[in-house]
Amino acid sequence: MIRTEGLSKSFEGFWAVRDLTLEVHPGEILALLGPNGAGKTTTVRMLSAVLRPSRGRAWIGGYEVTQSPDEVRSLVGVLTEQHGLYTRMTALEYLTFFARLYDLPPEVSARRIRHWLTFFGLWEFRHQRIGNYSKGMRQKLALSRALLHHPQALLLDEPTSAMDPESARRVRQAIASLRSEERAIILCTHNLMEAETLADRIAILDQGRLVALGTPEELKDQALGPPRFRVVLAEPRTDPPPLPPGFQVEEQRPTFLVVRPPRDEADNPRMLRALLHAGWPVTRLEEVPRTLEDAYLALMERLHGRTESLPQAA
Amino acid sequence: MEEPKAYLKPHSPGATLSPARWLPRARAWWRPVLVILHRELLDQSRDWRIVTPIVGFTLFFPFLMNFVARRMVGFVERFGAEIVAERFFPFLLLVVGFFPLSISLVIALESFAGERERNTIEPLLIAPIQDAQLYLGKLLSVLVLPLLASFLGILSYIGVLMWRLDWKPEPMTLTAVVVLTVTQGVLMVSAAVLMSTQATSVRAANLLATLIIVPIALLLQAESMFLFWRQYHVLWYIVLALLLTTALIVRVGLAYFNREALLNREMDVINLGTLWRLYRRAVVGEARNLREWYARAVWPEVRRLALPSLSIMALLLTAMGIGYVTVARELASIDPHLVPQSMRDPDTYLQNLQRWLHASVLGGAGRLPLALFFHNMRALFLAWLLGVMSFGVVGLLVIMLPFGILGGAMAYMQFLNLTTPTEFFLGFVLPHGVAEIPALVLFGASLLRLGARWITPSRQRSLGEVWITSLGIWTRIFLGAVLPLMLLAAFLEAYLAPRVALWFLAR
Repeated sequence: MIRTEGLSKSFEGFWAVRDLTLEVHPGEILALLGPNGAGKTTTVRMLSAVLRPSRGRAWIGGYEVTQSPDEVRSLVGVLTEQHGLYTRMTALEYLTFFARLYDLPPEVSARRIRHWLTFFGLWEFRHQRIGNYSKGMRQKLALSRALLHHPQALLLDEPTSAMDPESARRVRQAIASLRSEERAIILCTHNLMEAETLADRIAILDQGRLVALGTPEELKDQALGPPRFRVVLAEPRTDPPPLPPGFQVEEQRPTFLVVRPPRDEADNPRMLRALLHAGWPVTRLEEVPRTLEDAYLALMERLHGRTESLPQAA
Repeated sequence: MEEPKAYLKPHSPGATLSPARWLPRARAWWRPVLVILHRELLDQSRDWRIVTPIVGFTLFFPFLMNFVARRMVGFVERFGAEIVAERFFPFLLLVVGFFPLSISLVIALESFAGERERNTIEPLLIAPIQDAQLYLGKLLSVLVLPLLASFLGILSYIGVLMWRLDWKPEPMTLTAVVVLTVTQGVLMVSAAVLMSTQATSVRAANLLATLIIVPIALLLQAESMFLFWRQYHVLWYIVLALLLTTALIVRVGLAYFNREALLNREMDVINLGTLWRLYRRAVVGEARNLREWYARAVWPEVRRLALPSLSIMALLLTAMGIGYVTVARELASIDPHLVPQSMRDPDTYLQNLQRWLHASVLGGAGRLPLALFFHNMRALFLAWLLGVMSFGVVGLLVIMLPFGILGGAMAYMQFLNLTTPTEFFLGFVLPHGVAEIPALVLFGASLLRLGARWITPSRQRSLGEVWITSLGIWTRIFLGAVLPLMLLAAFLEAYLAPRVALWFLAR
């Protein structure tokens, strides 16, 4: 549905996006992560046929963005970084305006407007001027605009920013339901928890380049190595643990150990047998949680040797 | 959930000739334009900063003008100069019609730049509408309210004058003023929308507005002059010129409408170094010395001007023909007794002419060649200035004018049986025309090409870059060909031409 090949964009010699190659299938959510200025918004703008790529190509639903911009624009729904709402209009007028621009028949547009405004809890405020809306309400209205024409490809730039937790959850539900409707979704976000929850795959951009691509688990493996396990003990032990060869003790405290198996969790029974055999009072074995945030920060640190400009996790 | 709709690319009107197919497509093409128009009007009607002045200009201003008109009548009647008041009424009609239109300038200047500043432009640019649809939607929306206010103002002004002073405008005058008001409005708005698409902010667009306000102010003065002079037919020529210029401006606006630039243009600082390098490169090209410059930059450009040069030559010949025919017809119909003796009698005229030519020969030394040169340069500068403001068109009229006069002179000399048109051309025009005519042809052709370059779409470069490069290429021709030829022509005109003319007359 969404495909790019060596997609690049330069602004007066500065490469905002460089050689980006990726593919998003129908029913898939790809989260685009990266620090500010990594090229996420530029990528979205190229995919929505607003910016012309300096190099490389991109297709939406089989239409090439530079060859068939009108077709591409009719296939994508874009939630822009800035809401871009007309504050003197009411929500109803605003959505009706865009429905007419997208050539929706009046009865279809009325039904969809009602659906999305109700879904986001804005229906009772439909006659209010957008200027009187809160930030979160504006965000939900902008999202309704992006969804109005039932686009096959969705490009969402920070969809839950400025939203209260309840609204954010609703938006995530909406995005998840859109995935089940076989739409291809690109989600640009700084909210790593959101990316981890929603995304099937994650692409990390840095200085315009794609530096990592994979499922959240693959990225964690890539950035943090294989999973680690915590062995919790019933009573304190300070002597070295009798582990089979290949197991590494990463941390040892009196009441627990953090161990990295040679390959993965399939090695754990061997470790448990050895510990129990030596009389170690093991009460619990659990995987040390690996968040996407950890993986992201580790990757950025590896790339830059610093973490000052990294986004905050929710 | 419903199935996603597959959207069709909107077709441009005129794709097929059959009205049955053409009309629905045209309707489909115009539909987004009307959607944008509707939204903009809704928005404008809710903005008190737009509505208040429009209401003021519609309701208050015409009555003020009425008051002024009535006081004027009272005043001039005391001196028996009713004609002044009579001429004043249409002038105030023009003013009443124009004032509400000034609001359209403000709205137009912020049409794109304002949306960009408020970040509302991006969702619009992502919508599946063509550049032309968005551009025209904005353009039309800016015009509707101010034009409505303008018409209402004109109506209330006329209504009160009819009621209080029993004054009825002549239908043709009224039509001319109304049409003029509309065309002026369209011209201003087209130029302002063009600036709005190219400006980085509303502030920048407002600063650029001087380029609209000054020419329009001058135009209004000229129109007032023709109204007082009662030369109403001239207003129609002005309407024609305005329409032509508007069409060219809209063409430039569409050619340089660039979604990417609208979103990304950030530079608000003038970079003289970059501009100078761009201009210099366009003038000099890759040449390292004068010889290379002529060989690689000037001569190829002269060759590229072959076709426009032919057009200019045709225009100049036409101007000469018009001058000849007009004067010949006037001389045929004129009462001979109305022509002064000095101009009617060939011998007297010949003596006067020979005396003047002798004086020219004697005075040919010294500063005359330079005086002739600078006079010609002044005329060329005027042509260039008008040409730059009108995509070359009005500048050509300045070049055509002397050829019209030459045509008239040919007819007059023939009337006096002094020379035939061919003799006149060979004896009076060619000696210096051998250099001056090619110079003027090249000048006109380069001006025409300058205008053509400005209205030709360029997706790779900004309007500013195209303008500077085109000016550079124009400069190449001017410095490399026009200027040397004009200098040569000035010397020929000062030293050779009077002698040849005297020789011809002595025959």
